[in-house]
Amino acid sequence: MLNKLKVATAAGVLSSLAIGVTFVGNSADASSTTNWSTVQSVSGTKGMAALVATAKAEGHLNVITLPLQGWANYGAIMKDFTAKYGIKINDENPNGSSANEITAVENDKGRAEAPDVLDVGTSYAVENTKLLAPYKVQTWSSIPAATKDANGRWFDDYGGYVSIGCNTAKIAVCPTSFADLAKPMYKNEVGINGDPTQASAAFAAVMAASLANGGSFNNVEPGIKFFANLNSIGNYVPGGSAQTAVQGTTPILIWWDYLQNGIQANLAKWKVIIPTDASYAAYYTQAITADAPHPAAARLWEEYLYSVTGQNLFLQGYARPIELAAMTKANTVNKSYLKLLPAAPKGVTTYPTLAQLSAAKATVAANWASEVGAG
Amino acid sequence: MSQEGLRDLLVDDALTSRDAPDSVPIRRRPRPRFGRAAILIIAAAYFILPVYAALDFSLQNLQGHFSLQPLTQIASQPGFGAAVGLSFKLSVVTLVIELLLMVPTVIYVHLRLPRFRRVMEIITILPIVIPPIVLILGVLQAAKPFQWLSASPYLLALVYVILAMPFVYRSLDSGLGALDLKTLVEASRSLGAGWIATMWRVLIPNLRTALISASVLTLALVFGEYTMASLDLWTTVPVWIVNSSTNNPHIQVAVSMIFLIAMWLVLTIIVSLDRSHRRGKGQLS
Amino acid sequence: MAFTPSLDTALSLRGVEGRATSARNSLLRRLKTVLPVFPFVVYVALGLGVPTWIITNLAFRTRSGQLTMHNIRTITSGGQYLFGFETSLKLALVTSLIPGVVGTFLAYAIAQSDHEYFKRVLAAAAGVLANFGGVNLAFMFIAALGPAGLADAWLAHIHLNPWNHGFDLYKFSGVAFVYMYFQVPLMVLVITPALNGLRPQWREAASNLGASKRQYWRHVGLPVLMPPVLGSMLLLFGSGFSAYATAEAMTGGTIALTPIQIGAFLSGNVLSGEENIGYALGFGMIVILLVTVAGYTLLQRRTTRWLRA
Repeated sequence: MLNKLKVATAAGVLSSLAIGVTFVGNSADASSTTNWSTVQSVSGTKGMAALVATAKAEGHLNVITLPLQGWANYGAIMKDFTAKYGIKINDENPNGSSANEITAVENDKGRAEAPDVLDVGTSYAVENTKLLAPYKVQTWSSIPAATKDANGRWFDDYGGYVSIGCNTAKIAVCPTSFADLAKPMYKNEVGINGDPTQASAAFAAVMAASLANGGSFNNVEPGIKFFANLNSIGNYVPGGSAQTAVQGTTPILIWWDYLQNGIQANLAKWKVIIPTDASYAAYYTQAITADAPHPAAARLWEEYLYSVTGQNLFLQGYARPIELAAMTKANTVNKSYLKLLPAAPKGVTTYPTLAQLSAAKATVAANWASEVGAG
Repeated sequence: MSQEGLRDLLVDDALTSRDAPDSVPIRRRPRPRFGRAAILIIAAAYFILPVYAALDFSLQNLQGHFSLQPLTQIASQPGFGAAVGLSFKLSVVTLVIELLLMVPTVIYVHLRLPRFRRVMEIITILPIVIPPIVLILGVLQAAKPFQWLSASPYLLALVYVILAMPFVYRSLDSGLGALDLKTLVEASRSLGAGWIATMWRVLIPNLRTALISASVLTLALVFGEYTMASLDLWTTVPVWIVNSSTNNPHIQVAVSMIFLIAMWLVLTIIVSLDRSHRRGKGQLS
Repeated sequence: MAFTPSLDTALSLRGVEGRATSARNSLLRRLKTVLPVFPFVVYVALGLGVPTWIITNLAFRTRSGQLTMHNIRTITSGGQYLFGFETSLKLALVTSLIPGVVGTFLAYAIAQSDHEYFKRVLAAAAGVLANFGGVNLAFMFIAALGPAGLADAWLAHIHLNPWNHGFDLYKFSGVAFVYMYFQVPLMVLVITPALNGLRPQWREAASNLGASKRQYWRHVGLPVLMPPVLGSMLLLFGSGFSAYATAEAMTGGTIALTPIQIGAFLSGNVLSGEENIGYALGFGMIVILLVTVAGYTLLQRRTTRWLRA
């Protein structure tokens, strides 16, 4: 009889344990019946835990156009994310453009390789909000209002200033301003990385040149004229890139400051300064796609990028993270990384509106080849 | 026959081909061909100098001195095997579809529809003029409703068939033009061979040069095409080369140069498969 | 060959069938004759026609999908687009004529060679180089002939700097010069089969009839070669017209070319939201090509007539 009681008790304990586990399992199941593509935010540690669990279960994340080297430290960021959460990252078309990202989202719907998250030029996000899912990260309030969509469909992530890089091994006196670039001693040496009608850094260079020569956000023509003049006096070398900078064809290269460190990795004597007569900055933009094949992983990625860890990793890549102001106030910024950045210009940096940018882009597209090429 | 004619006949050995079964082996007369040598030397200089410059740059370390360091670093780049496998599979599929489509069609057109030749010539020019970026976007949009197609890498193969058409058509067209097609076909048919036997055992062996040339062109195209493959998000060899570009431009250039030379070696081997240039071999072999 | 009467003859011999039946039979017969090229036509219709139709359709639509002439008006009125078409056409013409001629002579020089191995190696090289372009090619030339290039370093020893004497890799002539790197091999590749088709028997026969070298070329060689040479040049024209990556990498957009402009709209990082203008430009290129092909067909006919005279 005692044996029967023992068996009964054991059975009872075991079955209640089983039921208890099932209940726990159910609540985990309950959270996995959440449609993560419609989740707009997670709150508290419990919400975060559910997100992490589901993301881990998804196991993969599709990113697109993120170079593994030389772009805001994305290589280290992706490695750290995978190490932390065990989620494998699939990086499509690492050298692609913002337009390529939108094309991939539009055409790859339903494919397992469809992009989960985007890192694009701001105008591309603004004009394609119907492809994006609204989501507000936990540190949403640390992102300045002007750099995010009110509904959470896009939000800026990192950026930098137009800078002049210079190979001190080849050039005795480096230029410190746009005006310097026109000096005869820099004949056949000055380049921009890319084509202003295709590369955002090159377009920014023209905007900055315009600010340095009497133009404004409403008037980019002086910038185009500056480069036309530079070409006609023989200082400007077309087709500039990181390659030509290292090879020696363009020992002076105008590019985003945080990307110049890619050249510094190859040329120890590559110096980077922000021109004294024009400071022009811009940020790139993050977004989650509406049809992301891995919605939880996508959201976790954004949470990670906008956490202190993620933002400091951008800083390690010489890029200015969007939450820099808030982090400096809260003293969570990594001061040793911050020190390595080229000194930011004094005063408040202003940014053009999307309308001003649109008009300026049209002007550059219309006049770049005819004015600069003819020179 | 004039003296000049005799001399020309003796010296024009290059045009002696498999078409002349009773040609006498020509002894080379030591007549200097300055014009020919000059062209070849100038062409060599033009084509080799940039390759030399690129190799020179790629075999440098970061201080600008000669170094084999970039070569050793290439080996540590991941994904190369997968890229080569994909490109290989794509080129095989492209080639098979291409030849199955074009060979019977061009043969038939030569035999029965000679006026259609001009139309074919024009049709096969079209792929060249549409810029690849526009074409692939059109193709991606067209394939969007067909999940099984747009998610498959062989969509690229289907497009490459179109891209290779201009070269394959011209190759086959020239090859067939050099044959006396009607006689061959009539002879074969009158001996009792069916159409397929005629094509397989008579025509194709005589088209060996054209077929090899077409295959070389298709292979080179598939292994060299970047824009469409990258936009369709498939890592073929050219895409891999660009994607693996590191911060170190020496390595970047080294990789592209090594690939250039490797392709050249592979294609040389394939062209060597064409044995019909051996002297003395008859036409109807 | 045995006498095989055609269906028509058979019918008229019988003299029985009505006109309608024989018309239907002849239509069926015509259809049967054309049937074997159907696979080719269908494939091209699907693989090329459908994307072309989609591009054409998008050229006439706004972002939201409404029909509009705005894109077409933009590209035909905007200075930079017309300038782009003009420069692209000029570049295509120059890089089809010069490499066409050079390639033919080079192909002939190679074909003259004794050494089979030499010919094979060069054929493979031509195949690889014809497909080599883009950033890699641009960088090769910059490394060789750029202002900080190898050639300049060598010439500096004799105090000669071609850049000071008007040589400029980044101008139109420089781009055309670089284009030759893939256009000439393309020509060699495409014209060699036609050159191999020049039978030595013809040369012998002509000599036997007392023709000089010049007469042989004028009456036999050239008329045989002219159609394939022109056809290959058309191929080169199309290739030079739509080539994009090389010019873009070398000039950074300072030379207005239509493919570069298309790339800026469809594959760039700056001009967002105006993809339809890119498609309109693509449509424009297709139209220009069709016009060119029409011109080429006329040219072929005229040339054949002239050479027969």
